[in-house]
Amino acid sequence: MSEPILQIENVSKTYAARRALFGRTAEVRALKDVSISVQKGESFGLVGESGSGKTTLTRSILHLETPSAGRILFEGQDLARLSPADLRRLRARVQIVFQDPYASLNPRMSVRDIVTEPMLVHHDILGLSRTQRTDRAAELLSLVGLGPQHLTRYPHEFSGGQRQRICIARALASGPELLLLDEPTSALDVSVQAQVLNLLCELQDRLGLTYFFISHDLAVVRYLCSRVALIYRGELVEEGTTDEIFDTPKSDYARMLIGAMPEVKVRRGATA
Amino acid sequence: MTDSVQTPRTEPVRHRDDRLRRALFRFSQSKLSMIGAAIVAVVLFFAVFGTVLAPFPGHVAGAVDTANQFQAPSAAHLFGTNELGQDVLSLVMAGTTVSVLAGFGVVLIGSVIGTLVGAVAGFVGGWTDEGLMRLTDLTLTIPSLILAMAIAAALGPGFTNMVIAISLSWWPGYARLVRGEVLAAREEVYVTAARAIGASPARILFRHILPNVVSPIIVKMSLDMGFAILTVAGLGFIGIGVRPPTPEWGTLLSLSRANMPGYWWTAMAPGLAMFLAVFGFNLLGDGLRDILDPKARR
Amino acid sequence: MTGPLLSIRDLHLTMTSFDGAAHVLNGIDLTVQRGEIWGLVGESGCGKSLTGLSISRLVPTPPATYRKGEIRFEGRDILKLPLREMQDLRGKRIGMIFQDPTTNLNPAYRVGEQLIDVALAAASHDPSVLGCPPGAGRRERRRAARRLAGEMLERVGIPDAGARLDNYPHEFSGGMRQRVLIAMALIGRPDLLIADEPTTALDVSVQAQILKLLKGTVADHDIGVILITHNLGVVAETCSHVAVMYAGNIVESGPVSNVIESPAHPYTRALMAAIPTKASKRGTLKGLGGTVPNLITPPPGCRFAPRCPLAIPACTAALPGAVDLGADHRAACIRLEALEHV
Repeated sequence: MSEPILQIENVSKTYAARRALFGRTAEVRALKDVSISVQKGESFGLVGESGSGKTTLTRSILHLETPSAGRILFEGQDLARLSPADLRRLRARVQIVFQDPYASLNPRMSVRDIVTEPMLVHHDILGLSRTQRTDRAAELLSLVGLGPQHLTRYPHEFSGGQRQRICIARALASGPELLLLDEPTSALDVSVQAQVLNLLCELQDRLGLTYFFISHDLAVVRYLCSRVALIYRGELVEEGTTDEIFDTPKSDYARMLIGAMPEVKVRRGATA
Repeated sequence: MTDSVQTPRTEPVRHRDDRLRRALFRFSQSKLSMIGAAIVAVVLFFAVFGTVLAPFPGHVAGAVDTANQFQAPSAAHLFGTNELGQDVLSLVMAGTTVSVLAGFGVVLIGSVIGTLVGAVAGFVGGWTDEGLMRLTDLTLTIPSLILAMAIAAALGPGFTNMVIAISLSWWPGYARLVRGEVLAAREEVYVTAARAIGASPARILFRHILPNVVSPIIVKMSLDMGFAILTVAGLGFIGIGVRPPTPEWGTLLSLSRANMPGYWWTAMAPGLAMFLAVFGFNLLGDGLRDILDPKARR
Repeated sequence: MTGPLLSIRDLHLTMTSFDGAAHVLNGIDLTVQRGEIWGLVGESGCGKSLTGLSISRLVPTPPATYRKGEIRFEGRDILKLPLREMQDLRGKRIGMIFQDPTTNLNPAYRVGEQLIDVALAAASHDPSVLGCPPGAGRRERRRAARRLAGEMLERVGIPDAGARLDNYPHEFSGGMRQRVLIAMALIGRPDLLIADEPTTALDVSVQAQILKLLKGTVADHDIGVILITHNLGVVAETCSHVAVMYAGNIVESGPVSNVIESPAHPYTRALMAAIPTKASKRGTLKGLGGTVPNLITPPPGCRFAPRCPLAIPACTAALPGAVDLGADHRAACIRLEALEHV
């Protein structure tokens, strides 16, 4: 259980930003010496506001961006040292669900094509035939609460919550161990958010997934995650178990964030 | 399973052709687009059947009837006859085939070359982009008709050479359009998602990017058809295009120049045909843009 | 006190599209007094924004038609006003703030210019806005407008406001831009402010500041506010009153303390049960199955019935009327008694 699946070691990222019209380049430090270790099977929450470096870190984990300094290890292997073939194999095991379910599905592809694409891309590892892929897609759809009747439909025919379920099905298609969840519910209504959060809990219990959950919504992180790290302007401010952070925050930033959280503090009307 | 994983099934079941029906509905809402579509349908009809339906098929094949030269429009010859006594209507009807085919060929070849250049430039970026776009700019700096004339002169006259010549000056517009669209599509989240899955660059370009930039290309093709037909006619007019006796609008117009203004009808039919074709394709293109351009969508 | 600032009575709005006529607002009743902040909540597609836009008459007609009802702003029916008078109301008496601060500022002009324009436009109806003497020249009026713009930016908490007037919108962060828009909405001293998801695109820390600013403005100037949001937490912390909308109806309304502490309508309860709180255990959150119904062929009777856990056959018979629960707290449900016992 306490075996790390993802280790981020002293990662920094600097961008060269052009300031004035003539030369004078200044550096923007998106990440400063960030170290995080995510254990197998846990839900790790990364909380930060816009411009905190969350996105840069996510892209670095996916190796869509290379850190300027530091290492990112997946099961002990340094991403930067992997051969292109190994990196491609790794992509099957680390998957991502994006924030905006309206933008993250190709409008010209049917649900079947969307969900089977990872199996096609990783055909060498998974070795599924065409019919097996379709069967697996149907299976994944029912796993996320949709059904085989949705295979032939197109993204525009679905509501936001349903699209996010399709995104989750696609992310699960290559049989990943680590799922990056980049604000997966912030574009959804609360009623739908609750369903998607519950689905994520259920999938984790059933498939033994590890979640790296990125959000600015503290309430959602508190609900889903067991450990939390706060990131502010590229630096890790505080890290600890969810209870520690929410009950006894040590940094001013954590206290400020928790204080700013709009909450409904009342007794609940019982509902069915 | 808990109740949370239940599928929301209350939504009405929509079908795949729903999008098509909506598009047709929106298209039919615009009268001008419908007129354009009707004109284009007529032009295409004559492009296919013009030669067969021509009242004087012999004249189309090159037969002359000098006894009947320069007949004014009448019931027998709706648009009169020319200096060789040939029925102008028959020539114009048969000429549709060459003009439309040449215009279509130009647009097709131009868009294929342009799309490839633009897609590679936009997708690969860096020096490839610089190189390809400077080449595009260079081609754009030369007036297209002059470039086409030069190429046609080098290749020699004839239908195929004319189409190739115009195509080679036609692609830069597509290259610029496609490059811009690809640059925008490259930043879409679903493209990032495909990269995260591990999809190859070729797969990303052909499966995720190009299908989503097809709409503006189709719109431009439709808008360009009219101008391509005009350019083809222009080359024919100068005498570099199709040679008589093969009937072609530009050539017909060029020949009738000598008969003006006394025998005005020899110029009117080909001129009117060109006007209608260009007008129709432009209206159709505008209508297509309204339904296909994502920015115009609600 | 004379009549209410805003009173909407039995408002019906129909939108016609390719698919047919959708009854998007189906008998809205809402009364806003000065000094009140009304939260308008509900899932997307429930008609919250359309209600807000209707008050400024910014819903395009066609495709929309108002079949029934009235919107009275200080007693005048907005839907019957000539366009000219309506334009005078907009911006001047009724201010609007939208969700996306990036698209509502013109990127080509300095922020100060845009604020000055609004101030001058407002002054053309009410010269007292600028605080210059009646016969003031153009120069003088402009100077006064600039001073006012600076003051407004300062009031919405933009540091170094005077100098920031000469910046372009892109030089401001998202939160700052939203403040500029609030300043712009407040510069003409509106009596009613409609804020459509003003903080949804912003970070929680910025959101907290903006909501505080909104509350302060209401307290200082005794204006009425309609805050459209999907976040019940925001409502609980900011609003004095709340109206819960579902599929074109207000299903529950009343003072925030009453509605949030003892929600009566099953929909309100379902929305509240879906919010993760400190007490919610992992995997136990109550989602609400189904989606907002298609409003072209809405379900018969109570529009919430198909998703309602307490629905009985009688629910589909007729649209339930609002039941008064005391202290201005109303809920439109025929199963309120059953709810008491659950």
